[in-house]
Amino acid sequence: MTIRFVLFVNKQGQTRLAQYYEHLSLDERRALEGEIVRKCLARTDQQCSFVEHRNYKVVYRRYASLFFLVGVDNDENELAILEFIHLLVETMDRHFGNVCELDIMFHLEKVHFMLEEMVMNGCIVETSKQNILAPIQLMEKTS
Amino acid sequence: MDLAINPFSSGTRLRDMIRSIRACKTAAEERAVVRRECAAIRAAISEGDQDYRHRNMAKLMFIHMLGYPTHFGQMECLKLIAAAGFPEKRIGYLGLTLLLDERQEVLMLVTNSLKQDLNHSNQFIVGLALCALGNICSAEMARDLAPEVERLLQNRDPNTKKKAALCSIRIVRKVPDLAENFMSAAASLLKEKHHGVLISAVQLCTELCKASDEALEYLRKNCLEGLVRVLRDVSNSSYAPEYDIGGITDPFLHIRVLKLMRTLGQGDADCSEYINDILAQVATKTESNKNAGNAILYECVETIMGIEATSGLRVLAINILGRFLSNRDNNIRYVALNMLMKAIAVDTQAVQRHRATILECVKDADVSIRKRALELVYLLVNDTNVKPLTKELVDYLEVSDQEFKEDLTAKICSIVEKFSQDKLWYLDQMFRVLSLAGNYVKDDVWHALIVLMSNASELQGYSVRSLYKALQACGEQESLVRVAVWCIGEYGEMLVNNISMLDMEEPITVTESDAVDAVEVALKRYSADVTTRAMCLVSLLKLSSRFPPTSERIKEIVAQNKGNTVLELQQRSIEFSSIIQRHQSIKSSLLERMPVLDEANYLAKRAASTQATVSSVKSAPAVTPGGPLKLPNGVAKPPEAPLADLLDLSSDDAPVTTSAPATAPNDFLQNLLGIGLTDSSPTGGAPSTSTDLLMDLLSIGSSPVQNGPPTSNVNLPGIAETKPAPVTPQVVDLLDGLSSSTSIADENSAYPTITAFQSATLRITFSFKKQPGKPQETTISASFTNLATTTFTDFIFQAAVPKFIQLRLDPASSSTLPAGGNGLVTQSLSVTNNQHGQKPLAMRIRMSYKVNGEDRLEQGQISNFPAGL
Repeated sequence: MTIRFVLFVNKQGQTRLAQYYEHLSLDERRALEGEIVRKCLARTDQQCSFVEHRNYKVVYRRYASLFFLVGVDNDENELAILEFIHLLVETMDRHFGNVCELDIMFHLEKVHFMLEEMVMNGCIVETSKQNILAPIQLMEKTS
Repeated sequence: MDLAINPFSSGTRLRDMIRSIRACKTAAEERAVVRRECAAIRAAISEGDQDYRHRNMAKLMFIHMLGYPTHFGQMECLKLIAAAGFPEKRIGYLGLTLLLDERQEVLMLVTNSLKQDLNHSNQFIVGLALCALGNICSAEMARDLAPEVERLLQNRDPNTKKKAALCSIRIVRKVPDLAENFMSAAASLLKEKHHGVLISAVQLCTELCKASDEALEYLRKNCLEGLVRVLRDVSNSSYAPEYDIGGITDPFLHIRVLKLMRTLGQGDADCSEYINDILAQVATKTESNKNAGNAILYECVETIMGIEATSGLRVLAINILGRFLSNRDNNIRYVALNMLMKAIAVDTQAVQRHRATILECVKDADVSIRKRALELVYLLVNDTNVKPLTKELVDYLEVSDQEFKEDLTAKICSIVEKFSQDKLWYLDQMFRVLSLAGNYVKDDVWHALIVLMSNASELQGYSVRSLYKALQACGEQESLVRVAVWCIGEYGEMLVNNISMLDMEEPITVTESDAVDAVEVALKRYSADVTTRAMCLVSLLKLSSRFPPTSERIKEIVAQNKGNTVLELQQRSIEFSSIIQRHQSIKSSLLERMPVLDEANYLAKRAASTQATVSSVKSAPAVTPGGPLKLPNGVAKPPEAPLADLLDLSSDDAPVTTSAPATAPNDFLQNLLGIGLTDSSPTGGAPSTSTDLLMDLLSIGSSPVQNGPPTSNVNLPGIAETKPAPVTPQVVDLLDGLSSSTSIADENSAYPTITAFQSATLRITFSFKKQPGKPQETTISASFTNLATTTFTDFIFQAAVPKFIQLRLDPASSSTLPAGGNGLVTQSLSVTNNQHGQKPLAMRIRMSYKVNGEDRLEQGQISNFPAGL
């Protein structure tokens, strides 16, 4: 297992997307999200993008008002996860065109579809934007 | 109806819900909106609403994301999955992965749908099923569906293949026995061209290696060649727009391949040699001006460190890390520190070369980097560099920000303790740490310091003088104050008379009243906590004997606490005043210096307590015999011996002290210092206990029955009664007035009569009586009643009690029990509970008798004794 959760959080600390690749109860999730978000939001731009929390390492990146947080194992390549976040954002950008927080909220299921094409069971499965978006575009065309 | 079937265009109501949730100003409003929505969705589900199913699912996902329970939607997911159309299935599977997890029984129901979909003719539907299975499958499902997944690994469509490969990872993780089935398929997938298939196959191989040694061997033989080819192709490939990230083609694939190479090369020289060249190529040719390139280099270094690489390659790797470390980008520096920690195991010398840079990182502005660097420095410390490194760290302690001080202090203390070669250096470092960050020093650390000082007789003078100076300069550091106050109390005369000066020391002039001043200031400092104040009082008491002229003044200072609302301090104040005032004759022997603390014993206990979960730490001898007191902690105590009892206010074998869990690890030393109780006093102590104690003190006729089982605290005023061993008259005298009041309370007490045993034929009742002034002793009179219609003869009553209770049985009034309850037989029992107040009475009983010449036996256990016996 490499990626353990993916979180999108806005500047106010509200969760905009949460995908866990291991089982946590609702209460545990809430507590975890609260703690991590507080830690990450308090950091400045000059500080590095990695925060250690409990037994997770959280790699985060900020795009405008949204924070993208990925929790990984301790032996995961942090720099690669940064690239992964960027790839995810670029993929959403390509689909929504200049993606914003509202796009993600109103099309939560589509973002989940994209994420599902990219990550399965915590492992990265596809890194080509075209391949990621193909099934989603196909679905939109037929409907 | 047709209009509504499209799940993705009918989002208006989903949007409405999101809008109304966003419009909420308070959490309560949001809860109300969510509750309303959930109710509507529930209603729709129970009506079997078809049109809005998908939309309801989307809403549920949103609600789930906000952290509300959504279990009622689970069955809806199953229905959607069983539907025919792709859009329904799509959202159904998504709901399945989000709302369910493998622990839930609903999953059993989905296995069949999954099996059908895995065999579906539409590749997208197969993909969906694989994806869901890969995310949530349980061990049972893995066994059931593994053949389907194996088959799909041979599918012609690359998208199906990659998902099947990842799904296999989950299956192998759940059921490692199945690893062998996937080996050959995984190896052959490495021949593919599609990146998605490759990256999935590489990850599958890595997982197989973890799951089974057989697979590891197989893959070492069969896939190394393919792996090297993949890595060479991807790193030499010309610009590929779809996979390009910052000028590098698919760094993700690079990294996964390097990871797998590490797994294969670990501990295998042949494999390592085989991949040597390609690793060197990646390490030298990858550009390091972009993050993606650095990510690859980082992984490459880790692989080089992990395998049996040649020394040349290792030098290359360490150099890359050196470059990383001097990078301006914090992310890069962070990973460099991270990596150097792993490199230490391989090549300590190479890492030591970067020590100066790493030390700089300890002072970085970023807490993540500081933490990493501190961990690394901690690993780098050895006997040769401990002094300069400690100096650097201690110097930094002065300027570091508050939140980091705790970590830093803990590490410095640990280094100093681990590598201290001479005691003087250790003391100096500890004094500095205490002065700079005494508020962050853990209890066990300063306890250890006190134990050490107690053992180092030649350094006691130096210690007390240094601490006195430090106390003047930094009186706000809690643990510094504690240690200093303790030392002044113990070694006060060394402070005043400059005894056992070291060569480098400059003499200081401290008068007796200066020393008392210092302790008084510490006692009256507004922020001092109860432990510190209690230690101050003990210190003052000791000084009153060391410096007789100050005795009057000390008496006044001590007396000021007589009305303290904290019971611990009040009690100390009253008792100590009594000692100073009325017991000049025994004072000097009572207040002798504390015996040398047993270092080995303390260290062993400390080591044990850091590991063991805190359970009942019982009966630790308070003072280890040795030093001036060459007497066992036994029965016959000379007049000095009660010292331990007097100062040691937490009775040492009391499992029910209110301070229980927190103090247990340090039990030993706290007993020595007589501060066992203080942790509980300020806030933690149960109010009821303190009122009990107060009532006893004031003897407001509260009977122990109402008080419930008294805790050890309650016993404290009446030490004279609670100690089984006879205590010398002086001590009783000290606490005069108190003993009589408790016994009055006891006399008034009445315990209810209980039915100790009842069967169809026999009833036994107990009534209780206590002798005044002897709370441990109870006289029980037992009455036996025969409920049967035949007379019992040869009646014998026997009882057994736990070890801490002593029992004496008097002869019964008769051995014949008349039938039908006509007449009673009584017998009296004397019980002494040696742990009175801590453990209740307990008893097993056995009655043997004859009915018409036939032997009968009955047994029972009595656990319903009234409290307080």
